[in-house]
Amino acid sequence: MQAKEVHIQYYAVLREERGCGAEVLRTTARTASQLYEELKDEHDFSMPRECLRVAINNEFQDWEAGLKDGDTVVFIPPVAGG
Amino acid sequence: MFSISSKRLKDAALKKAMSNPRAGAMVCFEGWVRGHHQKKKVIALEYECFEKLAVKEGRKIITEARERFGILEARCVHRVGRLKVGETAVWIGIVAEHLHAAFRACEYIISQVKIRVPIWKKECYSTGDSGWVNFRIHSEKDG
Repeated sequence: MQAKEVHIQYYAVLREERGCGAEVLRTTARTASQLYEELKDEHDFSMPRECLRVAINNEFQDWEAGLKDGDTVVFIPPVAGG
Repeated sequence: MFSISSKRLKDAALKKAMSNPRAGAMVCFEGWVRGHHQKKKVIALEYECFEKLAVKEGRKIITEARERFGILEARCVHRVGRLKVGETAVWIGIVAEHLHAAFRACEYIISQVKIRVPIWKKECYSTGDSGWVNFRIHSEKDG
């Protein structure tokens, strides 16, 4: 399977657990869901995917949306504005 | 209009920008930093946001409120950064011809902002520790 380059941004608890706010990586993950599961295993993220939302290129997306080369992916922990 | 600000929110200036000759009602809501949470003393809140999507989603909410309640204008500004107890974290202003629409639109906007806009807050306690709001509930619920 062909690898693609994706830009990932981390916020809040995920930023702290990852130890950085952004990274670029090559992945063979086909979907955002697969990408999160890979990262969760690698970095021991505490939040299950079911608690998060995902945005691709600054739009909320379905977890099964396909990833393309150059996409920016943001995993969104439970929000708490106000 | 929805925006994010890293500077202290100035109520008078925000309100002044909302004048409208058709308006008969102006409702304003301010969300303040509370000094306690679940028996813990809170000394500050640290807010951060994913600004591009926060602004996009916030604008959607404002548009929805205008369509649903027929108000004349709505504005919401949310702070980011470290806020002390008593500071305004979110400011909402609604201008409408009549009061009921203004109150309902205001409540709609704050309730939707709290559940949809990618903004996070961390509580900093007097004991020196801290915690992300909403994080523990979700992480414990699902293991």
